[in-house]
Amino acid sequence: MIQYFAIGLILVGIYGLLTQRNAIKLIVSLNIFEVGLNVFIISVGFVKDGLAPILTSSASSSALMYVDPLPQALVLTSIVIGVGITALALAFAKKMHNQFGTYDLDEMRGE
Amino acid sequence: MKQAVSILLIITVGFFIFSALYFSDEPLKFNEYGNVNLEDRVSDSYINKNVNDDTGETVFGESKNLESGSANMVTSVVVNYRSFDTLGEVTVLFISAFGVGLLLSGKRKRQKMMHKPNFILKQGARIVVGIMMIFGVYVFVHGHLTPGGGFPGGAIIAASVLLLYLSDDEFRVKVKGMKAAEGTAGSLYVIIGLLGLAFGGYFLQNFLPTGTVGEVISSGIIPVVYILIGLKVGSELSSVVDSFLTEEVEG
Repeated sequence: MIQYFAIGLILVGIYGLLTQRNAIKLIVSLNIFEVGLNVFIISVGFVKDGLAPILTSSASSSALMYVDPLPQALVLTSIVIGVGITALALAFAKKMHNQFGTYDLDEMRGE
Repeated sequence: MKQAVSILLIITVGFFIFSALYFSDEPLKFNEYGNVNLEDRVSDSYINKNVNDDTGETVFGESKNLESGSANMVTSVVVNYRSFDTLGEVTVLFISAFGVGLLLSGKRKRQKMMHKPNFILKQGARIVVGIMMIFGVYVFVHGHLTPGGGFPGGAIIAASVLLLYLSDDEFRVKVKGMKAAEGTAGSLYVIIGLLGLAFGGYFLQNFLPTGTVGEVISSGIIPVVYILIGLKVGSELSSVVDSFLTEEVEG
């Protein structure tokens, strides 16, 4: 069920990227797309009744059933790269707003 | 018109994704949600920490000298088995912070705020910022035992710097100092990797003794690398925050 939801989020993100003309809305769409992908990758490693993959004093043996740690590690990487992309895109948007006075790609005109 | 074409395209893409993942008869057919057998996957060795040789069951607080002594398995994947990936990730974050600094460069001063922050806000924020910074340091020092690690810890530190920016209209971090901290932490990460090459034979090899699972001083280079990543991410995101909340001075 949550996988359908994640694919839905991915499709919403693509729709936003295709239809919006405002730079900030484009960045928001990119983030929705990314969240959908991350949720989908995490859901691939889910094991029913699995524990969080951390050894603690109450879940102390590696023989117990844990969820898959590898997709979580990959998503950690992807979240960090998402933060980098968002920061760079927002810097472009701010620069654009300083120069043209608008966030809308259609209203931008050169001198 | 544009919306109609987009919706049509989305429906087509969605149909192909769903049919490839859930309704195909190929041998690549996807595992059902929650119905995963970890013994078929490489992650099983990461959980049991027996990638090199079989050491049997790992028990919290008892097993000693494992190949990766981290109690948090995600951390042992991120900083031990796939540490080279993390080095690339840190490089990507560095490049994007560098790009932000390049785009929003020049002699800068603080942007005007709508409201002047009052005395109680300024003093209250200073108290909260101390607690937040200590919590960030706690999160990245205990990255191998609890959920968290260098990236969340660094983000918490950057959030405390953002709070200082929002509560004081004249505060600025020393951007040069932040750049120096970031560069030092990044180069130390590479130097630790080269030390692994010298002592262990592989780049980023865990060459320190790994100790007992579940103790603070354990698992070799993992806490060291995560402390460096925490400092690097914290200073990097703080300088990004500085770039966004300042404006270029004319002339």
